[in-house]
Amino acid sequence: MDPYVLKTLNEERRGRRAAVLVTDLGDGRDRIVREGDHVAGDLGAAIANAFRTGNSRSVEAEGRTFFLNAHLPRPRLVVIGAVHISQALAPMARIAGYPVEIIDPRTAFATPERFPDVALHAEWPQDVLERAPLDSYTALAAVTHDPKIDDFALKAALDARCFYVGALGSRKTHAKRVERLLALGAGADQIARINAPIGLDIGAASPAEIAVAVLAQTIHAFRSRGLEAKGAVA
Amino acid sequence: MDESIYLDEARDPLIIAEGWMKDGKDVAIATVVETWGSAPRPVGSHLVIDAEGNFHGSVSGGCVEGAVVTEAIDVIDSGKARMLEFGVADETAWQVGLSCGGRIKVYVERLG
Repeated sequence: MDPYVLKTLNEERRGRRAAVLVTDLGDGRDRIVREGDHVAGDLGAAIANAFRTGNSRSVEAEGRTFFLNAHLPRPRLVVIGAVHISQALAPMARIAGYPVEIIDPRTAFATPERFPDVALHAEWPQDVLERAPLDSYTALAAVTHDPKIDDFALKAALDARCFYVGALGSRKTHAKRVERLLALGAGADQIARINAPIGLDIGAASPAEIAVAVLAQTIHAFRSRGLEAKGAVA
Repeated sequence: MDESIYLDEARDPLIIAEGWMKDGKDVAIATVVETWGSAPRPVGSHLVIDAEGNFHGSVSGGCVEGAVVTEAIDVIDSGKARMLEFGVADETAWQVGLSCGGRIKVYVERLG
């Protein structure tokens, strides 16, 4: 392995950015491919698959054998709002492989009794997200219904290119939210990335069913995320 | 279940290999590149080895690490990468095997 390749790979992994290490098993030459980099042909298709699935494997392409080692950051789900939906969402998402963090400055809601075994922050999103910034391997679901709490986090999620951004509320509520986010400087293309009303349309009625719909939408967003060229990596 | 979303730098084989390199050590990296049947560690798993035989990480549940370390020291000396295969089907070629009945292919290369 090339020492510079190892150093670069570790930098990407430390920074929670996806990378595929491509090694030619014939001559041992290797290189790093970042998400969004264009690689032509069968090898490019195999690399795109490695980014989407996170699976590492050997592939035959151009008469050679390559080993593709997919290094994907662990996805996580940040939930704004320590509400009834979040109580159901946290354990389900954890089982599905998406560790959850819950942020809600309302100390009556954000209690360890209501949320055992969950990373819980009884603080404003501004303060928590400054310490642990959002990134493109983070999903954000805003479920407080309170613009004072949700709006900042939603704008931060759009700016950080979170792979999933969802916001609870009716179409009418969302229309007002869009006006506020536009006033905060969000672009129309960013607004279009918000999933609102939140969750896959499975006719969810109870808080737990809404949690299933949100988790399903998060998984779908993760498995179909950003395989198109993204331009410069932020 | 380990739920940290950040690298465990003290135990991550590739981070350790980079540290060894910075300390001026000769290092080999072993990677599981293929598995068949029941295999204890997934494709992409790493074992990193230095010239003294120190190692971190794993390519199996401890069944074949000893043999990989021996091979890795040769790879560090020669600079020539090797493909190793372990499993029940290869008893004649290898003294060690996977008791779980699976087979694995391990690529061993020198760093630098």
